[in-house]
Amino acid sequence: MTAWTRKDLTGLDELSTGEITFLLDTARAFKGVGERSLKKVPALRGKTLVNFFVEPSTRTRTSFEVAAMRLSADVVNISATASSLQKGETLKDTALNLQALRADIIVLRHSSPGSSKFLSQRLGSSIINAGDGAHEHPTQGLLDIFTIREKFGKIEGLHIAIVGDILFSRVARSNIFGLLKLGAKVTLVGPSTLVPKSFEKLGARVSHRIDDILADADVVNLLRIQHERQRKEYFPGLGEYISLFGLTKPRAEKLKPGCLVMHPGPINRGVEIDSDVADGKQSVILEQVTNGIAVRMAVLYACAGGAQIPAP
Amino acid sequence: MKPTRITNGRIIDPANHRDETADLWFSGGKITAPQPDSDFDTIDAAGLVVTPGLIDIHVHLREPGQSHKETIASATRAAAAGGFTSVVAMPNTNPAADSAATISWIKEKAERTACVNVFPTGAITKGLKGEELAPYGALFHAGVVALTDDGHCVQNHEVMRRAVEYAKMFGLPVMDHCQDYSLVGDGIMHEGEWSLRLGLPGWPRAGEEIIVARNILLAELLDSPIHCQHISSAGSVRLLREARARGVKISGEACPHHIALTDASLAAFDSDFKMNPPLRTEADIDALVEGIADGTLTILCSDHAPHAAYEKEVEIDHAPFGITGLETQFAIFHDILVHKRRAIGLPRLIALYTSEPAALLKLDRGTLAEGAPADITLIDPALDWTFDKNQSQSLSKNTPFHGHTWRGRTVRTIVGGKTVWEK
Repeated sequence: MTAWTRKDLTGLDELSTGEITFLLDTARAFKGVGERSLKKVPALRGKTLVNFFVEPSTRTRTSFEVAAMRLSADVVNISATASSLQKGETLKDTALNLQALRADIIVLRHSSPGSSKFLSQRLGSSIINAGDGAHEHPTQGLLDIFTIREKFGKIEGLHIAIVGDILFSRVARSNIFGLLKLGAKVTLVGPSTLVPKSFEKLGARVSHRIDDILADADVVNLLRIQHERQRKEYFPGLGEYISLFGLTKPRAEKLKPGCLVMHPGPINRGVEIDSDVADGKQSVILEQVTNGIAVRMAVLYACAGGAQIPAP
Repeated sequence: MKPTRITNGRIIDPANHRDETADLWFSGGKITAPQPDSDFDTIDAAGLVVTPGLIDIHVHLREPGQSHKETIASATRAAAAGGFTSVVAMPNTNPAADSAATISWIKEKAERTACVNVFPTGAITKGLKGEELAPYGALFHAGVVALTDDGHCVQNHEVMRRAVEYAKMFGLPVMDHCQDYSLVGDGIMHEGEWSLRLGLPGWPRAGEEIIVARNILLAELLDSPIHCQHISSAGSVRLLREARARGVKISGEACPHHIALTDASLAAFDSDFKMNPPLRTEADIDALVEGIADGTLTILCSDHAPHAAYEKEVEIDHAPFGITGLETQFAIFHDILVHKRRAIGLPRLIALYTSEPAALLKLDRGTLAEGAPADITLIDPALDWTFDKNQSQSLSKNTPFHGHTWRGRTVRTIVGGKTVWEK
């Protein structure tokens, strides 16, 4: 077993295969805690966790909050509007103030790639990246991988298709880095503007035809199309996107019976995924949410608690 | 004042096709004939190279208006420490150098506080906005040596065309920061494998090349010179080479960071590796070196762009572009071009920093001819040294080269016969 020696989790790109496996195994041990009636262990008792969200998020913040509470940590939530960043204070100064308040763990969501790395180099507190721009969202990547591994018992050799706006997606990047390290075959699917061929340099395959991967994929992970951002120069419109890349019911019928349908949420029913498919038997979208708590417990525990896996 | 004899040194003076071990004399601030019969001082330059004072045609002095980053006094001290006797000041100050009043202010401040020669440039357009021409007549009479909107790029081709056409009347060269805004967008690093990996917005090569191509076409249309600043991409080198072979009055310059570092350096999200144009790939480095070696790129410069630590130490996409370079550029170019890659010899390296920039800007510098100003740089080409940014003369320390070791260093800088820096 690889010992965990990092104080931070800023991305999966920099982790070794052993470190990723360590977090997944630790998460498996913690998953049991959520099944009990008394959903709490004292692993982080007396520790203070600050959820510092400079970009809005409900589900990731809530998931970290629940994970921290199950580990008996004290949790404070700070959002961008309440923070001093609005008043012109720099990220570094705000973070130094959080450290002066003796925050043991800072969970950071920020629109700038590298912002977690930036803080991790300057603060003694543990920094957990909850999404930094288009760079990484490592706990989302881990929970996706955890969910796949739980269903298949392995990652190596599986064919994972990730569909959607890959270029701007931190979820896609964390999945790509983690899955490739663990030996999966990863195909990125979407319009050529959002899935440029150069992604092959990272070791993934690139496809612009979703129909080509349906019969072979073990997992289809659908990313949200951010139509509120109206990337008009990247694709002509939602209607065309749905017809070319949406996981419609007829397409879902071509999937292998055991193929998992995943989505990091929040889903746009009728856009990247048909409503029936989202609720269908192959969908593990809500299990992802449940697993997210176990994965985040593992990450918080590894970075701020200790390197030993607690007895299940 | 007594005459001075620099003796035992290897004199390399590309403007006069000299490369020999000989004495160099100066007196009263000018290079002179030998005066052995008078009482004179001696500088022993054994083992050293004696060259015309180096000229950096691309420097951000930050005054007026941004003296928290740098002042004319501190920037010129850094220039002297880097072997430079002349610096050409970019106009993106506050206010922008788009009026005779601001040029006069810069010249007057330089007169009082600078330890090397300062040659100001004027803006191509008012406020560097790319819309209306700045008053070139007034700027010319105030003493600018060139026009540029550096830091910005004139997007409107008609405005650029008329700028070059009007500048021709005064013999003022036009220099351009080549960046197409629509293609580059909010790009902050080279668009490639590393920008994909890091999730940072890409700055594609084509964003530079399309403006280099535009400038070639305008230089050809108007039969008037345009100089392309800080060339970073292989494609730009190719375009310039082809155009120069046809006799188009187009030229280009290279900066040390673009041949010393690649986009992979951004992996730690350190904003000291963020500059505009961005670090690119090994293939671009090879093309730039080849372009320098075959005469496509005729000038070397620093694009010295100081920023305060608190401005740089922020999220990388919020940090300003630019790094310092006055004290490191000569050593980097010498180490890579002359020592390691043997792409050019020392005389050509000196030419790229003396006779070539002097010719482009029509300066009475860059030569050791009798009667020329006694601007002289002494170089130890065999000295290995390590750069410590904390010893820098610049007010700002935003450099990616802290702790780097190179071969070759300037060891003494003489401006108008006066030693302004000595190692």
